[in-house]
Amino acid sequence: MLATRSIKNDAKVAAIDLAITMIDLTTLEGADTPGKVRALCAKALHPDPGAPNAPRPAAICVYGDLVAEAKAALGDSGVHVAAVATAFPSGRASLDVKLADVAYAVAAGADEIDMVIDRGAFLAGHYRAVFDEIVAVKAACARSAAAGGGSAHLKVILETGELSTYDNVRRASWLAMLAGADFIKTSTGKVAVNATLPVTLVMLQAVRDFREATGRQVGVKPAGGIRTTKDAMKYLVLVNETVGADWLDPDWFRLGASSLLNDLLMQRQKLATGRYSGPDYVTVD
Amino acid sequence: MGNPFEYAPAPESRAIVDIAPAYGLFIDGKFTDAADGGRLKTVDPATEEVLAEIAVGGEADVDRAVKAARRAFKSWSALPGAERAKYLFRIARLIQEHGRELAVLESIDNGKPIRESRDVDIPLVAAHFFHYAGWADKLAHAGFGRDPKPIGVAGQVIPWNFPLLMLAWKVAPALAGGNTVVLKPAETTPLTALRFAEICVEAGLPDGVLNIVTGAGETGRALIAHPDVDKVAFTGSTAVGKEIARTIAGTRKRVTLELGGKAANIVYDDAAIDSAVDGIVEGIFFNGGQVCCAGSRLLVQESVAEELLASLTRRIKTLRVGDPLDKNTDVGAINSAAQLSRIRELVAAGEAEGAERWSLAGELPGKGFWFPPTVFTGVTQAHRIARDEIFGPVLTVQTFRTPAEAVEKANNSAYGLSAGVWTEKGAKALWTAQRLRAGVVWTNTFNKFDPASPFGGFKESGFGREGGRHGLEAYLDV
Repeated sequence: MLATRSIKNDAKVAAIDLAITMIDLTTLEGADTPGKVRALCAKALHPDPGAPNAPRPAAICVYGDLVAEAKAALGDSGVHVAAVATAFPSGRASLDVKLADVAYAVAAGADEIDMVIDRGAFLAGHYRAVFDEIVAVKAACARSAAAGGGSAHLKVILETGELSTYDNVRRASWLAMLAGADFIKTSTGKVAVNATLPVTLVMLQAVRDFREATGRQVGVKPAGGIRTTKDAMKYLVLVNETVGADWLDPDWFRLGASSLLNDLLMQRQKLATGRYSGPDYVTVD
Repeated sequence: MGNPFEYAPAPESRAIVDIAPAYGLFIDGKFTDAADGGRLKTVDPATEEVLAEIAVGGEADVDRAVKAARRAFKSWSALPGAERAKYLFRIARLIQEHGRELAVLESIDNGKPIRESRDVDIPLVAAHFFHYAGWADKLAHAGFGRDPKPIGVAGQVIPWNFPLLMLAWKVAPALAGGNTVVLKPAETTPLTALRFAEICVEAGLPDGVLNIVTGAGETGRALIAHPDVDKVAFTGSTAVGKEIARTIAGTRKRVTLELGGKAANIVYDDAAIDSAVDGIVEGIFFNGGQVCCAGSRLLVQESVAEELLASLTRRIKTLRVGDPLDKNTDVGAINSAAQLSRIRELVAAGEAEGAERWSLAGELPGKGFWFPPTVFTGVTQAHRIARDEIFGPVLTVQTFRTPAEAVEKANNSAYGLSAGVWTEKGAKALWTAQRLRAGVVWTNTFNKFDPASPFGGFKESGFGREGGRHGLEAYLDV
C-alpha cells in the first residue's frame, strides 16, 4: 500500500532533491582506481554541471584503501567519505584483521565506516559473538586526538539477503543498535538479494521502536538495487509513513546507490525544463 | 527539519466513465422504462451530486423480468457447459478490459477509494467470472452427482458495499450452473450493475439470461415474493434476511443468505505487533468498515494491549480520508446519509454507555457523507457498540487474559461470519480457529478473498456458502 502513494509537482521537486542529498554515491569494485574515485568525487561535487543548484549527495562510499584519495578530492566540501570495512563484503576474516581494516580507514580520514556483521556467527546462533564484534569495531572507529578526536559514524550492514527471514532482520537490527550502531544498513550490494521495501520497513519499525525504548535515534540505509527515481520515492514514502519526518534527513536516512543519482538528475531536469532528459544529458563518471 | 514533502492530490480521471442522465430496467436484453414510470436518484456520496436517475421496478416489471428469465432458462440450461463457459470467459475478459472504467464508476457511485475498487473489487469480479467459467463444463466433477441440474430462475438481491463484486458472487455461479437471473442491485449503487448489463450485451449473452431490475426495498420484495422464482439469494442486513426467510417459508424456493457480522479480531501477546496493527487497520477501515466481515471487535491480550494500541493509533494517523478518486486516499466516503446517521447513532450510544472514543483528527470534506476512523477503548461485552453491527470505520477494543477467554468473548455474539487470529504460534492459531464459531477465520491476515474459497456465516450471519466449489451447491439441484 505504501508503495502506491503519488507525489507530484512541487512535492516531487523537493523529494528528488532530498533523495539526492541522501545518496551514498558508491563504487566498490575490484577494478576501482584512484582515477575512478577522483571522477566519482567530481560527480559528487558537481552532480549536474548544467544546474549548479543541484544538491550534493551525502557521501562517497569506497574501499578503505581509497579513502585518502577520496578525502583529498572532496576536501572540506562537506561531502563525507564512507569506507566499507571488516573484510567487506563477506566479513570472513579474523577480528584482528577486521579491526585493523577499520583503524586504517579511520586514520586515512574516513568520516563513516560501513562494517558487515558476521552472518556465519549470526546464522549459527552465536549472537553474542556478533554483538561483541560490533562493540569492538565501534571502539576502533574512535579518532586520535591529533585527528580531531570524536568517532567515525558506524553503519552496520546486516546483509539481509543472507539473513533471509524478517525475524532475523528484526533481531539483527536490535542487536546492532544495542551494540552501538549509528546506522543500520541492509546490504553490501554483493549478494543476490539486496535492499527491498519490506526489509526496509522491518528495519524502520526497529529503529522506531528502539528510539521509543531507549531515546536514541539510529539511521537506516537501504543499499543495492535502488536505481530509479520511482524506487527512491517509494523508500521516502515508506520512511514518511513508518517513522515520520524525523528520519527524512540525510543524517538519519541514506540510500546506497550508484546509478540512482543520474536518474534523479534526469527527473530533476525534466521537472525544471518540462522536457524529457536522456542519458546523454547527465555526466557518467 | 520538518516534513519536506506532502502528498499532492492525484485524482483518477472521471473522463473515462460516461454516465447517462437516466437508466431503464434491463429486461430480456433491452433497457426499458418501468411500467409506472417510477424513478429514483443515485448520488455521489463524496459530493452529494446527483449522478443519474434510475428506474424503479414495480411488480409488473419484476414479473416481466422473471418471465424473460423463465423463457431463457430453457435454452440456456440446455447449452453444453463448455458453451456457457465461453460466455462467462468473455464477460470476465470484458470486465478486465473495462477495469479502469468500472473502478472509477464504482468509486463514484459507492464512495470507496479508487485504490480499493481498482486493486481489489474489480480484479476479484473478473476472477470470480474466470473461476466459475472454469466450472461450467466440470459440474459432473464438483461432487454433486454425475449430472447436476440447474435450479431455474434465481432472484438475487445485493447490497451497496461491494456493488459489482456482490453481483459477480451471485451471477457467476448461477450462470455457470445453467440458471437464469433476475438481479436487483442496491438503490444507492446501481450504476456498475447497469454497466455490467451493457457488457453482457457486448459479450453476446442471450436475451433474458441476465435481467437487472433496479429499485429499492419494494422492488426487492416483489422479486423475492414472485411465485416463479426458484431460488433466492440475498446479501445484506440480518433484519431484511429474516424478512426474506419469513416471505419464502412454505414455498418451494431455496435460499442462501449472507447477512451481518461482528467479527472478532484476536491478537495474542506473541503476535508480530506491526503486522497485527496493519491487519487490524485492513480489517476495520477497508471500505470504511462497510464490510459484513469487517474485524470490528478487536480482542487483544491484556499484556500487550498498551503497546498494541499505541502502535495502532500511530498507524491510523497515517490514514488519509477524502476524495475516493484520489489514489492516495485510504478511507473514502460513507455510502449514504442513512448509513452515516446509523454510524453516528451507534457511536453516540458508545459514548453514552461510557466507552472512551478516539477519532482521527483532521478536516473532513464539507459536502458528502464522511466519518473519521474511530477507536473505542474501555468497551465491554454489554455495550451496544460491541454487539450491534456498526458497518462503519469504528473499532471497539476489549482485552482478554487467556485463550479460553478470547474464544468465549469472540463467540459471544449473535453473528458468526468471520474472525481473525494473530499469533506466531501455529498450534495456538489452530486451537483458536477450531473453537471460533465463524464461517471464515483468517490467521495473521484479514479480509483476504479468493474466488476458490467459500464464504458464508454461522448463526445470524446467514447460511449457504458463496465462492469455490461450495458456491455451486446453491445453484444446482443436488
